[in-house]
Amino acid sequence: MTAPISARTGTTMMRRKVRKSSDRPWTFYVLASFFALYVIALYGPMISIYILSFQDVQGGLVFPMRGVSLYWFNELIMQTRAGDVSGAFSRSMYLAVSVTVITVVVSFMAGMAFRRRFRGDTIVFYLMIASLVAPGLVLGIGIGLGFNMLGIETSWYTSALGAQLSWTLPFGILVMFAVMSRLNNDWEEAARDLGASRAQTIILVILPILAPGLIAVALFGFTLSYDEFARTLQTAGPLNTLPLEIWSMTLNVTSPSLYALGTVSTVVSFIIIGVSLGSIVMLQRRSAARLNNAK
Amino acid sequence: MSTGKGDIELAGVAKSYDGSTYAVDGINLKIPDGAYCCLLGPSGCGKSTILRMIAGHEDPTVGEILIGGEDVVGLDPVERRTAMMFQSYALFPHLSVRDNIAFALRVRGMAKGARDDKVDAMIEKVQLGEFANRLPAQLSGGQQQRVALARAAITEPRVLLLDEPLSALDEHLRIKMRAELSRMQRDLGITFIHVTHTQMEAIALADMVVVMDKGQIRQAAPAPEVYARPRDRYVAEFIGGQNVLSGTIGQVNGVRATLAGARFSAINIPIVQSRRLESGQMLDIAVRRDDIDLLRPGGAGVPEGSTAIEGSVIGVEYQGNFVKVMLEAGGEDEFVAYVPERRFFEDALSIGDRVLAVWQIDHAHLLA
Repeated sequence: MTAPISARTGTTMMRRKVRKSSDRPWTFYVLASFFALYVIALYGPMISIYILSFQDVQGGLVFPMRGVSLYWFNELIMQTRAGDVSGAFSRSMYLAVSVTVITVVVSFMAGMAFRRRFRGDTIVFYLMIASLVAPGLVLGIGIGLGFNMLGIETSWYTSALGAQLSWTLPFGILVMFAVMSRLNNDWEEAARDLGASRAQTIILVILPILAPGLIAVALFGFTLSYDEFARTLQTAGPLNTLPLEIWSMTLNVTSPSLYALGTVSTVVSFIIIGVSLGSIVMLQRRSAARLNNAK
Repeated sequence: MSTGKGDIELAGVAKSYDGSTYAVDGINLKIPDGAYCCLLGPSGCGKSTILRMIAGHEDPTVGEILIGGEDVVGLDPVERRTAMMFQSYALFPHLSVRDNIAFALRVRGMAKGARDDKVDAMIEKVQLGEFANRLPAQLSGGQQQRVALARAAITEPRVLLLDEPLSALDEHLRIKMRAELSRMQRDLGITFIHVTHTQMEAIALADMVVVMDKGQIRQAAPAPEVYARPRDRYVAEFIGGQNVLSGTIGQVNGVRATLAGARFSAINIPIVQSRRLESGQMLDIAVRRDDIDLLRPGGAGVPEGSTAIEGSVIGVEYQGNFVKVMLEAGGEDEFVAYVPERRFFEDALSIGDRVLAVWQIDHAHLLA
């Protein structure tokens, strides 16, 4: 049974090897150069910042490099000149994690609800889209003013959390709609037919099938929150989140510790993305391993 | 939850989704325990709705559904001890064959040891041993069907409900899996209810064929009876294999009557005890396509005890063991004779030939 399959893969590989680079149309080179330019424009400035963050004590904000050390990273943590960076970082992390959890849970439930028509579903949908297209700064100011009028202190874990959710929830739900299209009603009915309770159906059937999509929603929620600026500016209250901290540093800090902060926050972003993609790959590997066991 | 038998009775069952039109309209049906029953009809005739009502995925608007003598309306599928096999198979894509089959036992909280034993036995039974750890997407259509069947059967249901189980397979596999379904049903010894729109599938499998149209039952009978003695024109045309002629009764004399149609002159029809025929009454009769003999006009004439209509050949299709000859005769859209292959080539007909379509009077069947 496996023989004809491997034979077929064999011929495809041969064909791939035989194919010469001169077979490529001129459009390949045009598009490849365009892509190369794009990558340089995207990462070039950032890479300069990362390199400059590793300078020694007497380093400045421009090339050339003056010595190599981790001095500015230390400076960042010791908050002698830079302000409360580690505090801002942990606030941003707590906030991003809360936003992620709420976004995933609510998007999942909304996705389930929107599979059927219900009274007022179109209104709910358009309200959701409205909060997505409303200018973030205006929305943030509105929420800040609202809290003031009600006499409630704005803070990063109340008003800013709400303001960020007005952004991540519609996004999460839209992604969920696409994910939900994979869900076949027969699966739920089959689970019920086989005696599963509603909770068992969700835990044993629906969630595992939707897992890759839910990870995507989580990734969305986290990254949108982690670098959210416009909506958070007027709602974060007395304590800054990381993007606000970086912004205020650009106004009054003129040392490479600003660049060190850039390097650290980029590393964190990459770790988050790596963990998310890694878990999706792990899910796929698990099924692939099962296939290998079967053979 | 009793261990009642799997006989099913539908009493006055109707289902309406919008309150005005009925998808299922007043069904009365008894299916004996251990029968293989096929619900047959075109799409939209309500056959799937009936299946889903027996399964407990929909509730009837009115009427009673009894399984093993107890009314099951409002009960969950588990309490009914029914199991359903879905048209899409609905195999859980993230679970291996083994875990799919074990699903029902797992949600019931059965211990892993006991569960494994039962699942192994079932995997053995449906010959899926070497595929036990594969995911459904890595199986062929026929293998997927076996997994779906095993998953439904593991709960030891008293009724297994199959919604168009063969429609996702290609022609060749369909005939193979048809035999397998039949074997499984004998092995398990439980009632199977199988929904299909394919006549040959129903006739080949079923102890009992239920022909449906527009939410109503037209005929419920064993397969040979539905095929050879359809109750009305709808059943005759849906099951196929019959020529239906409409006409007005002329003379009635003891053992024979005559029937004249708009496009054919009087033919003789049998008189049966169960029917009163009166002169001037409209009547449909059915004559099996394989009961028709084609003669050239002006030959020996119509034999004693037979009757005939005249027509011309408009099409000839070679089928291997027989030849399908299509005639323009009797004013019907299609009047067809199945002529055995050897007989046909003794005197091959070609398009445009005039022929007499002859059949024994007693072979005609009166329709309601």
